[in-house]
Amino acid sequence: MADNKIMVHVQNLKKSFGKLEVLKDISVDISEGEVVVLLGPSGSGKSTFLRCLNQLETATAGQIIIDGQDVTDKQVDINKVRENIGMVFQHFNLFAHKTVLENIMLAPVELKKMTKEEARVKGMELLKRVGMDDKADAYPSQISGGQKQRVAIARALAMNPDIMLFDEPTSALDPEMVGEVLTVMKELAKGGMTMVVVTHEIGFAREVADRVIFMDDGYIVEQGTPQEVILNPKEPRTIDFLNKVL
Amino acid sequence: MAAIVQVYWNMLLSAMGKTLLLTLLSLIFAMIIGMIFALMNVGKNRAFNLIGTVYVDAVRGVPLIVLAYFIYFGVPSGIKMLGIQDFRLTALQAGTIALSMNCGAYMAEIIRAGIESVDKGQMEASRSLGLSYAKSMRLVVIPQAIRTMIPSIINQFIITLKDTSILSVIGFPELTNMGKTISGNTFKPLQAWAIVGVMYMVVIITLSKVAKKIERRIQRGR
Repeated sequence: MADNKIMVHVQNLKKSFGKLEVLKDISVDISEGEVVVLLGPSGSGKSTFLRCLNQLETATAGQIIIDGQDVTDKQVDINKVRENIGMVFQHFNLFAHKTVLENIMLAPVELKKMTKEEARVKGMELLKRVGMDDKADAYPSQISGGQKQRVAIARALAMNPDIMLFDEPTSALDPEMVGEVLTVMKELAKGGMTMVVVTHEIGFAREVADRVIFMDDGYIVEQGTPQEVILNPKEPRTIDFLNKVL
Repeated sequence: MAAIVQVYWNMLLSAMGKTLLLTLLSLIFAMIIGMIFALMNVGKNRAFNLIGTVYVDAVRGVPLIVLAYFIYFGVPSGIKMLGIQDFRLTALQAGTIALSMNCGAYMAEIIRAGIESVDKGQMEASRSLGLSYAKSMRLVVIPQAIRTMIPSIINQFIITLKDTSILSVIGFPELTNMGKTISGNTFKPLQAWAIVGVMYMVVIITLSKVAKKIERRIQRGR
């Protein structure tokens, strides 16, 4: 893993909302194929960090280089960069006026990546992969939360991204639906996808993550293998957090 | 009453037609105006925000009758001062401009509210896939906003229809103006105005019924 090429390079990233400084100084490198799980109490800046990576939040200072492209550079076409960064949201954000299949086809067709027919084939293939091909013509309001999230993952994958960002993908789900979404994510990790995951699922982090990053108060407090961070944390804040959630 | 209807029915109907024509024209322009200023208002560009707010506040802050006088009498005289002698506006042109501006301001607010009623996550999801702001608006946000907007738009349609009566003051031969003529010619104001009132009522109640039907169909489609 260590000699893989660097996919994400973050240098001294800072982000403030008005006077509130959410990210204080974040530097981190993520390699191709690496699965990184971000842990931390709410308000620690995990989601903001994730949203900075595809510039849904513009960074206040610092540099973010994804796939060789500096996304903080105003000259860079952010839309082009985003085509290679899939994102999955806590509240799914499926397009409510489109069917499941149309949700998946929209971006590839509109961005001229595929013809309608190609996108349909690719869409059905992805839906099969996440076990949702029988709901291709359903509207988002007609399927369950877990199903929505699996479709949202398929939608992000349709653009053939090099990296996938997950922003608390199971936090809005009923407990019995968490498993089906995590299963899809595990499959994806096994397939070699570069993933950055914000989650409270410690079990998922232990099982799937190559690296766990613990954030608190806008800083990276501790990072390492799940073995190191979850089972043998060194920093008092990490220990305190894990005591509360485990 | 029957005598008035008998003598004036074709004039009444043609006046009603003019009322509807003015309403329809104004509504089409108001939609365009409303869309432009709504998009200015929901965007992040401060200058556009300011233009949008100023337009909506200014037009809503002026009574329609004043706006109509301003455009029908004021604007041509202003242009004359600029040295262009033969510029004139017909009552239909001036009426359409005044009503479009007025209705456009309200429409801008309806469209803005509709766009803002769409969950922010929809825009974020679309942007995260690499679609531009404009494409995200057109393909994702506005189609969903329209559903919530339709009842208010139909309501505005009815208000605009009634507001056309105000334009009788600049001499456009719409229904209310016809009421004045008939009332003056026959010396029977009670009957004349009753007929005009009923004519408005019939059209507006029909429209509201249609609106209700459309509204129900949309809600079922959700």
